[in-house]
Order: sequence, then structure tokens, then C-alpha cells
Amino acid sequence: MNIIEQIDQEQIGKLTENKDIPVFAAGDTLRVNVRVVEGARERVQAFEGVCIARSNKGVNSNFTVRKISHGEGVERVFPLYSPRLESIVLIRRGRVRRAKLYYLRSLRGRKARIAEKQDHRPKAKAKTGGTTTAS
Amino acid sequence: MRSGLITRKIGMTRIFRDDGTHVPVTVLRLEKCEVVAQRTKETHGYDALQLGVGPVKVKNVSGAMRGHFAKAKVVPKAKVVEFRVSSDALVDVGAEFGASHFVSGQIVDVSATSKGKGFAGAMKRHNFSGLRATHGVSISHRSHGSTGQCQDPGKVFKGKKMAGHMGAKRVTVQNLEIVSTDDDRGLILVSGAVPGSKEGWVLIRDAVKKAVPDDAPFPAGLLGGAEEEVAEENGGEDAPQAAVDDAENAPDRDATAGDGDQG
Repeated sequence: MNIIEQIDQEQIGKLTENKDIPVFAAGDTLRVNVRVVEGARERVQAFEGVCIARSNKGVNSNFTVRKISHGEGVERVFPLYSPRLESIVLIRRGRVRRAKLYYLRSLRGRKARIAEKQDHRPKAKAKTGGTTTAS
Repeated sequence: MRSGLITRKIGMTRIFRDDGTHVPVTVLRLEKCEVVAQRTKETHGYDALQLGVGPVKVKNVSGAMRGHFAKAKVVPKAKVVEFRVSSDALVDVGAEFGASHFVSGQIVDVSATSKGKGFAGAMKRHNFSGLRATHGVSISHRSHGSTGQCQDPGKVFKGKKMAGHMGAKRVTVQNLEIVSTDDDRGLILVSGAVPGSKEGWVLIRDAVKKAVPDDAPFPAGLLGGAEEEVAEENGGEDAPQAAVDDAENAPDRDATAGDGDQG
């Protein structure tokens, strides 16, 4: 392992010490709890939507979450290991056949739905109890 | 005035800070940076430290330089640089510098040889805007425009910005912040970009435009438990650790050291 990778691994170890990042992929519905600073005080704000892209590159990993807010599509890119993210909650797993769901940008309403991923393997238990419908 | 250091550029990454911000950093590595010679006012007319860094194959070192290194009782070095210091900051010959020579939060100046760009046009080399895309311009969309006046000067003034060789020259970037240092691995993390390619030699000095912080070790942050208080804290385990690191990294450095710095 070269020195840059070593430094990155140390960073990841330090940043994920008290955090549990769920296994998720494009198509999953997430709730991202973000720490926001308002003046002097800090509070947690949730951003809930479909993960449409994920980029895995060590400490620089990030993911894109898209939601429809007041009829307007909103996307946010989060660094996966940012200390500003309080937690990431996996709400629903989606069945998709693409790694990047950029086609959702041009779709609205019923067309933009993603079917829930069914896991028929006997042993595996569902990671979420999510029955939430996709926005 | 303290000495600077010779380091090797390893690459870039990012560091997340506790407050949630992140900084892009360049990782620089010390490769057994030792004092090879002293220059003193009495004998040479000025005070300076000559530092050497990096192992090199002995067969690639000239006889004259072998004698020079032998006199200092150090192994032959791939790169030798002099740093001007004040007379009270002179360090003994053979002393090895540690990464804790610089403290985190300190502001430094960084010098290195930039990446060569070859023969570059005026747009790339001097940020000229070029000619228009339409309105009758043909073929010369990326040319510089006029280079001067008419018969009156009758010449192009010296220093006119034109196309030519770009890069591969010494570039100094001032006022970069030291994000952190690691004595065990000899790493210095500097915020932002540093000129030159990976594996290139980079000189770090205290910033000329900012005061040196009080907790920076004076005259120098040395390894191996010298008179320095910073070195004393972990002086015992530093030296063997550094030796282990060197042994691990030796093969790949030998390959690059041979052609790296003959000039």
C-alpha cells in the first residue's frame, strides 16, 4: 500500500469510528442526516431521496441523492466520509439495472418509480423495515 | 533564520478536519535529510547549511562528491542543496532532520521544478485570449495578436510575451500551510498544490512573509535525540523507525535516483 492509500485508510478509520455507514447502491432510498450550522447553533437536517449515483474512491467517495422538492428536482452530492454527515439511513432498496440513474432526471411521477428489491434468499433478512413509498 | 528541508513529492489527497471542513493536501516525504556540510562566515563568507537527501548508487556518484560525503561521514546523497541560515541556527554535520522541523499550522514557502509543457502558444503560456472565432479570422484563432508598433520603434521590444518553452523551471509557491507532520514516516502534509511531478524534489522553507511560530523548534527539528526538546520527546524510537522505513522504500528509490538528479 502506498503512502497516499495509507493516509486515506487512516482517515477513513478515524471518520467511521462512531459511525455505521449502511451498504447501499444506486436506486436505494436514503435519509441523510446533515449537520447544518445556523448562526451559532448546530442542528441536524434530513435530506431524503433516491441515491442515483455512487462513486467509490477511498476517502474521496461520494454519492448523489435526488428528491423532488415542491415539484422541483433537487440533487445533492455528499462526501461519504464527511464528518458533517451525522448518519445515513437506508429506507428502501431499489431494483435497478444501471449504476448511474441519471435517466431519472428526465422522468417524472409514475415513470420515475423504482421497484423495491426483493431478496428471496432464505437466510438473508431484510436490512430495513422500510415500507416507505418512493417520492 | 532556520534551515529549510529537501523532500520528495508523493502525491495529493484530502484531509477532513474536526470542524467538518476538508483541505486538499500535498504529501511530502523526507528521505533521510542530513547535514552534509556547513558554510560559515569565517571560511566561506556566508552562513549556510548544505543538506543532502535520498540514497543514490555509489557508482553513479563522482569521485569528488564521494570524497565530500566521506568527509561528512554520510552516505552519498541523490540531491544536495544549500540553505542560508543565521549563524546561531547552524547544525552539526551528520545531523538528521525530522518532519517535526515544521509544526502544523505554520506557513511555509515551497519551491520545486514545475512540470515541463514543451513549446507552448501564447494562450497557454501567458493567458492571452487569442483571436476571434469568426468575423473573418482564418487559421490563426489561437495566435497572439500584434507584437508592437510600426516603423517608429521598428523592432519587437525585448521581453515581449510570445510563444515559447513553458514549464520545467523553478517555481516557488508562497504561504502554504502545514496541515500536519509525521515524524515516524517522515511525512509533511502541506495544504494545496505544490509545483512539479510526483517523485520530484521539493524544497520547504519558513515563509518569508509570515513570522515563524514560537513553538517551531530552533535551530532545527532533528531526529535521534539531540539537544532539541521536540526530538527528545520521542527521540528513542525515532531513529530505528526511520531506518526501517528507509529499508522498505529503498528499491523503488534507487531506480528513480539514478536518472533523477544528475543536473
